[in-house]
Amino acid sequence: MHRGKGMKFVGDSRIPAERKPNIPKDYSEYPGRTEAFWPNFLLKEWLVGAVFLIGFLVATAAHPSPLEQQADPTNASYIPLPDWYFLFLYQFLKYQYAGGDFIVLGAIVMPGLAFGALLLAPFLDRGPERRPTRRPIATGLMLLGVIATFWLTYESVSHVDYEQRSEQYGVKEEGEGPDINTDHPGYAVYEANCLSCHGDTLQGQGSNPSLLKTEKSVEEIKHIAKNGIGNMPSGVFNGSEEELQKLAEFIHSAATGGGKGGEKGSGGEGEGGSDSGSGH
Amino acid sequence: MLQKIYDWVDERMDITPLWRDIADHEVPEHVNPAHHFSAFVYCFGGLTFFVTVIQVLSGMFLTMYYVPDIENAWKSVYYLQKEVAHGQIVRGMHHWGASLVIVMLFLHTLRVFFQGAYKKPRELNWVVGVLLFFVMLGLGFTGYLLPWDNKAYFATQVGLEIAAATPFIGDQIRTLLAGDPEIVGAQTLARFFAIHVFFLPAALFGLMAAHFIMIRKQGISGPL
Repeated sequence: MHRGKGMKFVGDSRIPAERKPNIPKDYSEYPGRTEAFWPNFLLKEWLVGAVFLIGFLVATAAHPSPLEQQADPTNASYIPLPDWYFLFLYQFLKYQYAGGDFIVLGAIVMPGLAFGALLLAPFLDRGPERRPTRRPIATGLMLLGVIATFWLTYESVSHVDYEQRSEQYGVKEEGEGPDINTDHPGYAVYEANCLSCHGDTLQGQGSNPSLLKTEKSVEEIKHIAKNGIGNMPSGVFNGSEEELQKLAEFIHSAATGGGKGGEKGSGGEGEGGSDSGSGH
Repeated sequence: MLQKIYDWVDERMDITPLWRDIADHEVPEHVNPAHHFSAFVYCFGGLTFFVTVIQVLSGMFLTMYYVPDIENAWKSVYYLQKEVAHGQIVRGMHHWGASLVIVMLFLHTLRVFFQGAYKKPRELNWVVGVLLFFVMLGLGFTGYLLPWDNKAYFATQVGLEIAAATPFIGDQIRTLLAGDPEIVGAQTLARFFAIHVFFLPAALFGLMAAHFIMIRKQGISGPL
């Protein structure tokens, strides 16, 4: 680089007026079969990247990203599960000496030591050797850490039934707002008696089942509304016999598909035509 | 024509040295999978960067529809997924990319570790790399809440409880992240959104720049 007296600049700027040729370095004298990054290697990398991207997009199209029901802080029956790369920590805290009274040990001290050691690895493993077999302590500790992480992750999900979770917590397509015939005379009765447990679109919540797939008859529904079933106590429904009839007909029609497609109240007087709503 | 434009800019900006610094470097034989297939392990870092670029781009498009408030967050994601053309693909890329970037980072970290590539003079680059890993985990944690579904809400509650277990300053950390010592709610979502979209990406870009400049300065570590 030219320094000192005699330098010429572009205008009054600090840009040197002297042009440098834009020529790549000569790699032929480098050891081995060294290649120029630009453009030789980048072209091959580009191909690998394109293949990778196609595979990624295919996977993305084949598996839509999951979305569960909208967050409901009052849902006491939800069993939380973090994203998979935090599962190892989540599982670790379940052990007696890592959680509960020992939460500081399990959540801060031990992960802190592990990740601190990872962060400062170059200062802990200072020898000149690079081969993994020549530095058994570093290699051994890392293998131990990796195995422990894998094992904890496996332990945390080995009992989780993801299909059942997505069934229970996923968005119920059939239960979405307009699919329920809210003009049905039974809906007002439903709103007053059942909605707080079974949800505004009969979708159920927590351990309270959805009513959308019930195969029970009108009479059975009437019986359950009055006397309860399973965890459901008796006497939840309090209204007249006529209201009970409307309610049972409404739930029955919603479950058999009559409640669908009823934006304009096509379900009308509660028969909930069994052929309507099949367009979904 | 292009050459003239280049020369015009170069005369004013002197970009040739800059261009040579960015583009002109060698790829040694031992890291080139074209010569030794086992050298594919050297691709993990580049693929991490590639997925990070996917994350940045898909994230930018997601913010065109996403609304960070508790009333509309879930609805906006649902709308994006069900109604918007290709919305499902864009969200899918961001969702699965978040997992993929962790996988790639993990593989890249293991490659560097087991090859002892962090030894002198590359200690600082390893430290920056581990910090990048932490930032990425932070992005994963904050991004998990944003769709505001049950999974997000309750996992965040657990995560905040773990953060609150820090001795002495646990409650302050929790309040800083969640906006309230008790509630996980509107404030939490707004803060996680800000952290996910502004704070952590800023840290990520700074650290990535440092990571790449150091690689360029020092070159790739030699063969074992």
